[in-house]
Amino acid sequence: MGSILENFTSGIIPMEAYIFVSFIMFFSGIYGFLSRKSLLMVLISIELILNSADINFAVFNRYLYPEHFEGFFFAMFTIAISACETAVAIAIVINIYRNLNNVEVDSLDELKEPEASDEK
Amino acid sequence: MQYTLLILLLPLLSFVVLGLMDTKWKARVAGSVGTLVLSVVAALSYYTAWAYFSTANVGGIYQKIVPLQTVWMQFSGQLHIDLGILLDPISVMMLVVISTVSLMVHIYSLAYMKGEKGFERYYAFLSLFTFSMLGLVVATNIFQMYIFWELVGVSSYLLIGFYYTKPEAVAASKKAFIVTRFADLGFLIGILILSFYTQTFDFGVLNSGNAGIFASASGVTFMGASVLSWAMALIFIGGAGKSAMFPLHIWLPDAMEGPTPVSALIHAATMVVAGVYLVARLFPVYVTYTPDVLHGIAYVGAFTSLFAAVIACTQTDIKRVLAFSTISQIGYMMVGLGVSGYGGHEGTGYMASMFHLFTHAMFKALLFLGAGSVIHAVHSNEMQKMGGLRKYMPVTHLVFLIGCLAIAGIFPLSGFFSKDEILAATYMYSTGLGIGMSFIAGLTAFYMFRLYFNIFWGKENSYEHSPHESPLAMTIPLVVLAFFSFFGGLIPFGKFVTSDGAAYTGETNYVLAIVSVLIGITGILLAAAMYRKKTMLPDRVSQSLGFIYQLARNKFYVDELYLFITKNVFFKGMASPVSWYDRHVVNGSVNGLAVVTQWVSVKIKGIQTGKVQQYAWVFLLGTLLMAFLILFL
Repeated sequence: MGSILENFTSGIIPMEAYIFVSFIMFFSGIYGFLSRKSLLMVLISIELILNSADINFAVFNRYLYPEHFEGFFFAMFTIAISACETAVAIAIVINIYRNLNNVEVDSLDELKEPEASDEK
Repeated sequence: MQYTLLILLLPLLSFVVLGLMDTKWKARVAGSVGTLVLSVVAALSYYTAWAYFSTANVGGIYQKIVPLQTVWMQFSGQLHIDLGILLDPISVMMLVVISTVSLMVHIYSLAYMKGEKGFERYYAFLSLFTFSMLGLVVATNIFQMYIFWELVGVSSYLLIGFYYTKPEAVAASKKAFIVTRFADLGFLIGILILSFYTQTFDFGVLNSGNAGIFASASGVTFMGASVLSWAMALIFIGGAGKSAMFPLHIWLPDAMEGPTPVSALIHAATMVVAGVYLVARLFPVYVTYTPDVLHGIAYVGAFTSLFAAVIACTQTDIKRVLAFSTISQIGYMMVGLGVSGYGGHEGTGYMASMFHLFTHAMFKALLFLGAGSVIHAVHSNEMQKMGGLRKYMPVTHLVFLIGCLAIAGIFPLSGFFSKDEILAATYMYSTGLGIGMSFIAGLTAFYMFRLYFNIFWGKENSYEHSPHESPLAMTIPLVVLAFFSFFGGLIPFGKFVTSDGAAYTGETNYVLAIVSVLIGITGILLAAAMYRKKTMLPDRVSQSLGFIYQLARNKFYVDELYLFITKNVFFKGMASPVSWYDRHVVNGSVNGLAVVTQWVSVKIKGIQTGKVQQYAWVFLLGTLLMAFLILFL
């Protein structure tokens, strides 16, 4: 703990600080994913989770293997992929809205076997 | 002599074509094609016989010729199954017998089966049978013989069950197939044992007289007999099944449910003598290495012969009388083989047996076809419905009389010569057995003339429409066969077919011959006294015999015994427990699995809510749990 404070006061941002931020972002995302009712909010939560992973990539690369660049590239890949994923997801959401007239997560249980046919 | 392959291939081709065309061809076309093919086959067979007997005699001994031999299935260097054609005196003789009788039956059936539903199918099956039977006799090795052995079994099954809408015919065909198949199990095991120890299937090697190959089999003993004896006895069981030896004879009388020409071809002349042929084929092995088995065969044959002859005296269905007569005569052939030694004078029995096979094929086919002609006219198999037919059917009457005289062994018809040789061989072996066989000869004469008098003499029946002579297509084969039955005995058979291939002329034992003829005439006179005119005599005789008559009338209850055993031992003792196991344990475990799965799925399907976020929760908790486990355990 002493070294962290020392680094902190010396003006160098320690690695743990970045990880702490990404940790908060990740679990905010998880929380959002589990608790939000709107599909758009769920989507934003997923972006949070992905971005926290991106931060981790960048940080680990910068601090542990400064002479390599794989982490940075991977982060860029992830950004590209999350952009695609968002595009697809938005398209799905639009379609859901057209069909159900809302974008509530809870209303997406159409594929489940109806309760009525449970008993034979 | 590679053209002999055609003898096999033509009937096969005919079967395939007729079978594929089925009803697309008119019945007449199908019948003509089948008959035409068979005439070519018969001509080829005669030519083969002529060529063989005129060229194959080297130094006074008929050589075995193998014009074709090919490896069919190669399993390993040692184990391979060959197909080929073997020509030697007995196979050539059988070629002639089979193609002659088959041709006669083909021609005869043109009229007899006219208008029957499935006429084309009938001819296809006849071709299949002819092919299989010819393949059986020319087999070069015991496995090829077994293959064709099963093929004749299946064609016999198909033809017995030809009237498949008749429950009796279906039952009879099943019975014939199962009984012979059961016997063939013995045959197969015998083949396997024999070939395991001798390392060969080939008849040429087995019969070569090379003692070395049997050394290992003779050395090993099992339950007091050498393995070789067991193998040969098991092979004989296969032969006993096909040849209807006691106690495997039960299928043959029932097989009479098939069309009558089929009975003449398969169940009188050719297939049922396959067992005799099998023993004759392996005769050098039997006589040299397992004489005990051979003697056993003689006694089985003698007992069967007597047994069947007694039953034949009491049956009223004319085809069944002939069936039991066939069993009895095959018993005769088995005795001939069983009492025979090897070579020269010792080998009389072998020659006589083959001779009897030849003559029996002719006169029994004649009798069956004659009976068919009678049935065709009267529309019944029962003796009671017949009588006095000699005026209506002169040709049938005459040829039937020739057949009866031939089988009764009256000089100079064919049966006299062959039967006399068998009797001579039997007396040479044992006087007791000889006397028994003479007695059976008397019985044979008696029951055949009982049949004859009941059909053609006896009471005048009032027929609904007066019986008429059969058409030419039926009478011509009858006359041809009658010709062979009459003069067949004059062939100097010992010149062609002997146990060692060397020509041999049997000296006629005049005392024996005269006694046999007298016995035959006694039987005939007895039958004439009882059945020529309608009298009370037969009833009185049967009543005085009482119990024995009832036994014989009911075929000594062998069928009932079989039924009892199968029902109580096989069905109750083995089939029902197995069926119970199948139904409850095998089906039960599978059904149980399904029931449990269904129950569980009903119980847990509430977990599937369809709410994505609930799933995510579960996923998250699971991940945390895994992380926890990995980190702290």
